[in-house]
Amino acid sequence: MATTTCEIAPANPVEQFLRTDRIPHIWCPGCGIGTSVNCFTRALIELDADLDKIAVVSGIGCSGRVAGYLKLDSFHTTHGRAIPFATGLKLARPELTVVVYSGDGDLFAIGGNHFIHAARRNIDLKVICINNFIYGMTGGQVAPTTPVSAIATTTPFGSFEPPFNLPQLAEAAGATFVARWTTYHVRQLTRTIKEMLKRKGFSFIEVLSPCPTLFQRRNKQGDGLAAMKMYKQLSKTRNGAPTAETAIEQGKPIIVGKFVDIERPSYLGSMEQMLSSRLGDRYVHVENLEWH
Amino acid sequence: MPKGTVTIIAERCKGCGFCVEFCPTKVLELSTAFNSKGYHPPHVVAPEKCSGCDLCGMYCPDFAIYGVKNGNASSGEDKKNK
Repeated sequence: MATTTCEIAPANPVEQFLRTDRIPHIWCPGCGIGTSVNCFTRALIELDADLDKIAVVSGIGCSGRVAGYLKLDSFHTTHGRAIPFATGLKLARPELTVVVYSGDGDLFAIGGNHFIHAARRNIDLKVICINNFIYGMTGGQVAPTTPVSAIATTTPFGSFEPPFNLPQLAEAAGATFVARWTTYHVRQLTRTIKEMLKRKGFSFIEVLSPCPTLFQRRNKQGDGLAAMKMYKQLSKTRNGAPTAETAIEQGKPIIVGKFVDIERPSYLGSMEQMLSSRLGDRYVHVENLEWH
Repeated sequence: MPKGTVTIIAERCKGCGFCVEFCPTKVLELSTAFNSKGYHPPHVVAPEKCSGCDLCGMYCPDFAIYGVKNGNASSGEDKKNK
């Protein structure tokens, strides 16, 4: 039974995916983003994925820093623009698996427009959204996901805005794969990320994560561990539940699971089909494009 | 011989307690000792109970702990760095 204090542990499964010179990371004690990174890296190990064919794109925010800590081809983009950068990357290099790893504020407030249009076009992106219900890095302002009556720095008497229900938004915009887990559900999250990486089409996973410093503490919900216990207690797995019933409300169970898994023609596939039927021989086909 | 071994990288730990809370066989406890950043890392109190399930490693947000099954090479060792 060895308890070591060494800095680098090669047997640690996550180690090979980390830029260890940048560890320890800046995330607070009890933050769930590191847990979701564990799930993502475990999914890559279990899939035995070709790491040269995976690119991670992040926006700004605490979860945006994932791109900086992962030793994959990764790109830390401007605020809200993770999906546009990822779209460009996917169109230029269709053979890549492009993962967008970002937060709720980045994807749904600043980048909300980009999200719905990427989903509408069914661009083959894998979106992992860390939802901590608040703007963490900028100081705890109210976000589009902040629950009603929650305290944030910009709503000291309680938020009165109705929040987005992200799975419903994603499905309505046209996402072909929609799931939600919390950082408590590590095994399920790993399995769903694996499933998402294997499939084609715009896929979206919402990961509920504690923000002990700016959400839990201000709302008197304890620390990160208390939030994890709350997820354990309140979450209810309902695979295939209609996304309209998955809104997160106070005092109600948190519905988790895989909600949507459908097939739809992808952006590149539709483009190929339309242009080759109209232009015939004059059309130059996209290289490395798998038809589906 | 226990079924698994857990390794703690104490200097990375921020003392969140996820591993202690969610270890299915209750192998760990937060120690009273400090690491150099002033956090209390976990320590092993019941090594014989460890099953090597690596659930602690999946929960750890700071990549500071992992479990391996004994008599088994750790997963993904051969996949070298890019």
